[in-house]
Amino acid sequence: MFWDWWQNLFVDMSSINFFNFSFLPRYGYAVIQGVEYTLILSVISVLLAVLPALMLAMMRISRHKTVRCLSGAYIAAFRSTPILVQLMIIYYGVFSVIRVPKFLIFGFIDSTRFIPGVVALALNSSAYVAEIFRAGILAVDSGQMEAARSLGLSQAQSMRLVILPQAVKNVLPALANEVITMVKESSVCMVLGMAEIMFTAQTIGGSTYISIGPYMLAAFIYFAITYPTSKVIERVERRMRRGDKQ
Amino acid sequence: MGTNNDYIIYVENIVKKYDNGRTVALDHCDLKINQGQVVAIIGSSGSGKSTMLRSLNLLEMPTSGKIFFKGTELTSKKIDVDSHRQKMGMVFQHFNLFPHMTVLENITMAPVILKIQTKQEAEKSAMKLLERVGLTEKANVYPNMLSGGQKQRIAIVRALAMEPEVMLFDEPTSALDPEMVGEVLDVMKELAADGMTMIVVTHEMGFAREVADEIVFMSEGRIIEKGTPKQIFENPKNQRTKNFIDKVL
Ligand SMILES: Nc1ncnc2c1ncn2[C@@H]1O[C@H](COP(=O)(O)OP(=O)(O)O)[C@@H](O)[C@H]1O
Ligand SMILES: [Mg+2]
Repeated sequence: MFWDWWQNLFVDMSSINFFNFSFLPRYGYAVIQGVEYTLILSVISVLLAVLPALMLAMMRISRHKTVRCLSGAYIAAFRSTPILVQLMIIYYGVFSVIRVPKFLIFGFIDSTRFIPGVVALALNSSAYVAEIFRAGILAVDSGQMEAARSLGLSQAQSMRLVILPQAVKNVLPALANEVITMVKESSVCMVLGMAEIMFTAQTIGGSTYISIGPYMLAAFIYFAITYPTSKVIERVERRMRRGDKQ
Repeated sequence: MGTNNDYIIYVENIVKKYDNGRTVALDHCDLKINQGQVVAIIGSSGSGKSTMLRSLNLLEMPTSGKIFFKGTELTSKKIDVDSHRQKMGMVFQHFNLFPHMTVLENITMAPVILKIQTKQEAEKSAMKLLERVGLTEKANVYPNMLSGGQKQRIAIVRALAMEPEVMLFDEPTSALDPEMVGEVLDVMKELAADGMTMIVVTHEMGFAREVADEIVFMSEGRIIEKGTPKQIFENPKNQRTKNFIDKVL
């Protein structure tokens, strides 16, 4: 008994299983679509988050306490609860009331799952992006606002013409990093059956009985997307900072 | 009454407190400035000079007291401060040029956005102003390509482009390398000679003495003594003024 268990343990954990990618010839296409799905999902989520985040950031630095608190509450709520919980509440709560018409996006993405998923991720992301924007705005030297106001520009005109153009440049690297985070975080969407990388891995595992290989491949893919990208962003950021000093 | 109408700027009993009253930056100050007058505000660091200057165009809202600009009370709640600020140019110690705009855009942005001039008109008058300060060839460069002295001359031009009636200067030469101080002071002297009303916070005692009509000495948030350069520099009445003058001359 014990010896059977002991030996099986090593058979199961053998590297053959970790790196068993024999499903690839058959499921390669599904994997590629999974990668596309993940990329589309995360990029669109962050893009959709930009405008609400800008609004939240402006509210966060408003003179009116109520406005500040509203925005603060939103940001706190979305940053202090798991994204999985938010996804479930939005999918089963909000989107049981709002019916999404069924159609295919880019020819392979099911709208009834994708749209609730993207909305949940975008709502989550806007809380994080709002903080990025707020930091970007506050990083602009206060003398810039004073100079603009002293010329007679209103608060809003100064924001739009002087502060935001400088803030946007400051936040681009952080925004790109948010996309990277979203590439990883969007894996929660597998629970809704959205055919992104993780869901694809799970499906392959289920139909081939190769349990670890698909997940190892998923891990490699996530790593191959996020690690080099974050290195590139780091370099761009360093170069931008050097440019500022001149 | 009507007294405040006689002055271009009339400051009545202003107080400015920071940190819930723990810091008193301005302690019951009065100031009367005539059209065309050049006033130099002097005093050691932390004495409230910047706060005084920044209160004049309401970059700082006084805790109490009144400020009149050409008879209009700026400190009144009903006033549209933005439109009055257009008439009060301000020049800062650290220039505060807009780094994402060219020199020409820095100068023309406000008059165009505020619909005071069309883009063409604004560019034409900007080029005239640039000629006055000898920087026409810099019109299309970005501020980071300029020396400190050039930046400050552009900042002065940017303020002048709004055709202000008063110019406020907050230590305009303090951030400059010594060899660039002269070129900025020359522009300011010319401006004074043209009859511009100017209020200048400065450590350049030579400039204050030569150009100012009135010197205001501040210490610990109070206006300690006012007078002509001759009175203040040669015959100060207050002991604190005396000590300060002895130290800086
Ligand atoms: N934004 C601020 N918050 C708190 N204290 C301030 C602020 N601005 C100025 N002060 C304080 O007010 C006093 C006067 O400052 P300031 O007007 O800048 O002096 P000066 O320009 O003569 O050096 C100083 O004690 C300074 O620390
Ligand atoms: Mg100062």
